[in-house]
Amino acid sequence: MDTGVDRDRASVRTSGNHAAILLVALPLAFLGVFYFYPLFEIFSVSLAPAGQLDPGNITALFSTGSSLRILWFTTWQAALSTVLTVTLALPAAYVFARYRFPGKSLIQSCTAIPFVLPSVVVAAAFSALLGDRGLVNEWLMGIWGFSAPPIRLDQSIAFILTAHVFYNFTVVLRIVGGFWSRLHPGLSHAAQVLGASPWQAFWKVTFPILRPGIMAASLLVFIFCFSSFGVILILGGPRYATVEVAIYRQAMHLFNLPMAAALSLLQICFMFAFMWVYTRLQRSASVPFTPESLKTTQRDIVSNTDRVMVWGTVFFMLVFLGSPLLALVVRSLSTGSGMSLLYYRSLFENAGQSVFYIQPALAIGYSVGFALVTLAMSLCIGLPVAIFLSRDRGRATSLLDPLFMLPLATSSVTLGFGYIIALDEPPLNLRASLIIVPLAHTLVAYPFVVRSILPGLRSIPAHIRESALLLGAAPGKVWWKVVAPMVRRSLAVGAVFAFTVSIGEFGATIFLARPETPTVPLAIYRFLGQPGAMNYGQAMAMSTILMLVTAAGFLFLEKLRTGPEGEF
Amino acid sequence: MLSVLLAAGCFLTGCPKNDAATEVPVVTVMTHDSFDIGKEVLDMFEKEHGVRLRFLKSGDAGAALNQAILSSEHPLADIFYGVDNTFMSRALAADIFVPYSSPLLSSIDESLVLDKNHRLVPVDYGDVCVNYDRAWFELKGIPVPESLGDLIRPEYSGLLVVENPATSSPGLAFLLATVGTFGEDGFVEFWQALKNNHVLVTDGWEDAYWGKFSAASKGGRPLVVSYAASPAAEVYFAEKPPETAPTAAMTGSGAAFRQIEFAGILKGARQPELARRVIDFLLDTPFQQEIPLKMFMFPANRNARLPEVFTEHARLAHGPVVLSPEIIAEKRDAWIRAWTETVLQ
Repeated sequence: MDTGVDRDRASVRTSGNHAAILLVALPLAFLGVFYFYPLFEIFSVSLAPAGQLDPGNITALFSTGSSLRILWFTTWQAALSTVLTVTLALPAAYVFARYRFPGKSLIQSCTAIPFVLPSVVVAAAFSALLGDRGLVNEWLMGIWGFSAPPIRLDQSIAFILTAHVFYNFTVVLRIVGGFWSRLHPGLSHAAQVLGASPWQAFWKVTFPILRPGIMAASLLVFIFCFSSFGVILILGGPRYATVEVAIYRQAMHLFNLPMAAALSLLQICFMFAFMWVYTRLQRSASVPFTPESLKTTQRDIVSNTDRVMVWGTVFFMLVFLGSPLLALVVRSLSTGSGMSLLYYRSLFENAGQSVFYIQPALAIGYSVGFALVTLAMSLCIGLPVAIFLSRDRGRATSLLDPLFMLPLATSSVTLGFGYIIALDEPPLNLRASLIIVPLAHTLVAYPFVVRSILPGLRSIPAHIRESALLLGAAPGKVWWKVVAPMVRRSLAVGAVFAFTVSIGEFGATIFLARPETPTVPLAIYRFLGQPGAMNYGQAMAMSTILMLVTAAGFLFLEKLRTGPEGEF
Repeated sequence: MLSVLLAAGCFLTGCPKNDAATEVPVVTVMTHDSFDIGKEVLDMFEKEHGVRLRFLKSGDAGAALNQAILSSEHPLADIFYGVDNTFMSRALAADIFVPYSSPLLSSIDESLVLDKNHRLVPVDYGDVCVNYDRAWFELKGIPVPESLGDLIRPEYSGLLVVENPATSSPGLAFLLATVGTFGEDGFVEFWQALKNNHVLVTDGWEDAYWGKFSAASKGGRPLVVSYAASPAAEVYFAEKPPETAPTAAMTGSGAAFRQIEFAGILKGARQPELARRVIDFLLDTPFQQEIPLKMFMFPANRNARLPEVFTEHARLAHGPVVLSPEIIAEKRDAWIRAWTETVLQ
């Protein structure tokens, strides 16, 4: 008996290996052509201009110690941002995983709006709210009679951390919350019946099962903050520099491409090492459990405790995530002569008859179009990768898992330059083609798809799949009928992230998009490029439109997810 | 899913506009984000020469130039517009431009022609200097600063915001103004005094102007490094055109650095002959008269008429600092390093 099952398993495994290679073939090819090849080209041009490697640049990197200082700052600010984000978002993830309440899915979707806003705009929002002359300070000064603004966040590390939490709250909420909502509350209840305190029950029972979800979310947040750029530049001011910022300064302003390339290499190697350790930890962390229907895991608000918890959380989120966004909307409506739609109306006029005038509808069209193509490509790349990584394949997993995450942690300046010199000859003469923008977006979007689905896939107990196989279902059928329904929800979360990442992407877009195909963030920057009240107002109006478009996109994706037959 | 992707891919790559069919030659101009031009002027040129101009915007001035240099083997464009005098030496050293002595150079202000071989010809210029919030100074009853030296006086403590010269082109221009005014030996001392006087540094112009300048937004500082033409933009882009500009520029002797923008024909241009016509076009009055209100710079052509809002509200600096591109190229890194060590650390 035992040997028979073993033999079956073995045959499943060998046939699985062939299938596995097929699975990752497309993603690997994609990565090879659109990531490694451009990267290799820019590195060889920068580091070995005469065809010979000049090690001087690598040694120069470590000679002054400033690079290590930058790496250290980059790492600790990212770690601290991650811890803060997880700590603040975990209670919210619990509430969204366990309760049903009106407006829930709308609120949940809207938490991702910060993700799409350009950092200049987020900086403007925070300044309007918390800056030295922001609403809060003016209010405090008015009420308590402070002579100087009591809150001084401008150009401080606190401002960087706040903005990072503001941006990434949604990642933890959605990935951990989605995972948590599949977990039967009975487990924790049973522990408490057996005498555990609620804290013990969380720490000993719930947390170990949740860990893959928390780790996946933390990883994304960490990488995001590690390669943070605009937030550091604008909110932190020139005193702070992440590796990404240093690369930008070296490449763009000091014209020191070798140094920029060396820094990029440092960034990539560090991230690879970090990811490798992470993967080792992650693989042993998965606890299998059978995902439950939301009908059993979620409950309505009944008691006062429920009420306090749910509405308290929602209130906190509205204040923390909502008020800066609201400040933007208010700015877009407050003109010199009171509240009006002046800035919105002027968006539709090409006052100077400029060739580069951007029609709002056109910019929205391109933004949404690029985002949808990115979404489709990210799913095509991310889904096979997640399925491949969901089974432990020994060395292949520990090598490929970090590899597939690297694009997210690679400087967009480096990659942008790589695209310019690598993709310039047929058949890859893509520099002037439209597809190059969604291609670049996909590189940063598909890791979100992978990380959203992976925890759920890994925790599906092997016996469920195996029973289906033993009962005669073909592997493909097992996937569609058994596995897919269980991860549909996290697939939708991944799709939302891919969409969002693309809509808000700016670093690579400014290199690659053509003036005829503007996106909304490019339009915002165009307005902010010249002085004058109308320009500022129009930038705020365009930002508000960007938020609305994003929210509409989310609602549409939510509709797709719930589908006609309702949620699993 | 795959079919959606393929369809989208086809839509994105396979539908080029039928330029080839109509056989209109295309000249590509690579430039930075701030470049702008009106439809009418462009249409006129395109009709006259039977050509279509395509513009490739590639980030800010530094990013765009870098891409032009990186792609020199397979040039992305025929013309590059937007090298300024701080980047000029690098552009010429990279040897990516071919000379063209346009007949229109005779109407160009000679002091702006820095490359005697005419690989790069001046198109426009502007002065980087301190702008101040008029209402703020009137309200406080403090006289406005008139020279760079004034900025370190105690009454202006905590009022100035500047851009980081390592990351911003007006920031670098302002640093060069201080080098020109106080000399290579004195500028560090001046910046030390500015630091003691609580100067605020931001990384880019956007953040300094929109984030920190009291006349433009909720910022708390009434002095900002911007352009001498910025007050004209404040009037032009106001909701209701005011009588006087809300801001003004400090244009006294030695208080400004003159930034000059150049254009040139790229080596390996596919349409060299038409590219020359484009350079002529960029130097000729119709386009030159577009420059003030599109880019808020001054036209290099002496015959170009300035619009009223410019003659009223934009000013040129008296005796701006001029440094040769060679000196800038040689010393820029050292100056920026000295600045960083003094101001940021």
